[in-house]
Amino acid sequence: MRGNKMSQLKRTPLYEEHVKLSGKIVDFAGWEMPIEYSGIKQEHIAVRTNVGLFDVSHMGEVFISGVEAESYVQRLVTADITKLKQNQVVYTMMCYEKGTIVDDLLVYKFSNEKYLLVVNASNIDKDFAWMLSQKKNDNILIENMSASYGQVALQGPNAQKLLQKLTEFNLDDIKFFYFEEIQVQGIDCIVSRTGYTGEDGFEIYADKADIVTIWKTLINFEEVSPIGLGARDTLRFEAGLPLYGNEISQDITPLEAGLGFFVKLDTDFIGKDTLVKQKEEGLKRKLVGIQLLKKGICRHGYPVCDLNEKEIGVITTGYLLPERDYSIAFALVDINHANLEEKLFIKIRNKFYEAKVTSKKFMNKKYKK
Amino acid sequence: MKVIEGLYYSKEHEWIKVVDGKAYIGITEFAAHALGDIVFVELPEVDADFNKDEVIGVIESVKAASDMFTPISGTVIEVNENLEDEPQLLNSNPFENHIAVIELKDESELEELMNSEEYTRFCEEK
Repeated sequence: MRGNKMSQLKRTPLYEEHVKLSGKIVDFAGWEMPIEYSGIKQEHIAVRTNVGLFDVSHMGEVFISGVEAESYVQRLVTADITKLKQNQVVYTMMCYEKGTIVDDLLVYKFSNEKYLLVVNASNIDKDFAWMLSQKKNDNILIENMSASYGQVALQGPNAQKLLQKLTEFNLDDIKFFYFEEIQVQGIDCIVSRTGYTGEDGFEIYADKADIVTIWKTLINFEEVSPIGLGARDTLRFEAGLPLYGNEISQDITPLEAGLGFFVKLDTDFIGKDTLVKQKEEGLKRKLVGIQLLKKGICRHGYPVCDLNEKEIGVITTGYLLPERDYSIAFALVDINHANLEEKLFIKIRNKFYEAKVTSKKFMNKKYKK
Repeated sequence: MKVIEGLYYSKEHEWIKVVDGKAYIGITEFAAHALGDIVFVELPEVDADFNKDEVIGVIESVKAASDMFTPISGTVIEVNENLEDEPQLLNSNPFENHIAVIELKDESELEELMNSEEYTRFCEEK
């Protein structure tokens, strides 16, 4: 039934490894990726208590190089790129002129003349086209190297201890949101202390042929569990981190998404004028945390209503997470209903479930700073 | 994949066990495995009437909510309240944990369902 369609999908260099590990393969943004191996719940807990290994080779890598690289990247993203130190990484967003989000991404600074932009798999083509369209007369080279790189993420409290076994470089020297070009198992890699789970951990980039060797070695450690897209999503959500297509999109600005911290309005970037204006005029809607007050589960797309049952927003991500009694969610709601502890209804299958607005910090992050 | 003889099976992967005109309805191991970790079950109301193929409940895994259909018409006379506190029973032992008991309205509807052999073949073709 799925044969014809699946055969046209893309595979990462690690596809065969996922099949060997009995990963349940699904179509994810045009890629054949494992949604789970042992079960989402077990995998989620494995990352919180030990170490999880993720295949993130489908993510996109775009290099920007040239004498005007810094000013170009600065124009492209909401962070203050001029403040980045060499080997530092920053989480940021690219915006359209109207202030809404092209994509969220990581920017790696190699030097003032060389940056790596890591973008979402589903947005690679769109992002690359956007970057090219903004090049104008800049003296830079924009290279989409996505097809050449493989990437894995090693996340969890024991991540450093395990990765240290494969490299002579002292991993204590890679601070939170920094990276180094080092050898792992004798293979040239870019290793950053980053990730999207709320845990300490690393993201490792290598040539796509070499990433298989690194995966195979790491997965053979007893402490390491392979983690699929299912737990990848529950982990990032629990850590309060947004996902493109859920919390952020081309229809929402970073300020509405509650990501103002990542927007430096004293720098110049595409979309800034709109964001400054939006800030002056005040927001009309905002992303909030939601806790359901009775049994049930909030899901992406469910309507959020006021106490008169009038629709005032929508759930962007919701789960019943492992080891929690109540469903929690992110919701984009009318600003008049965005206050902490405000009572609301979530409409689940045409019934109204009582809920309240909470902090989006569902857990304390365990980053090693 | 475990399939039990003597039960009726639907294409939506429900099993039905008939005892004295009452139909016990649950989901098969195939369905439980496909859903993954089950974390919530919305049971039907007792005394509610359903026509064949209507949604009688919802089974939620970590990742998604899935409708549960009844392959037979009738009135719900009992629900398995254990599933409210322990929905994971559907993963660990799907054939021992029914979801609802329905008083059959039309026994001839059972003839449209599969027996264990037919259902085994149906799953293999999936």
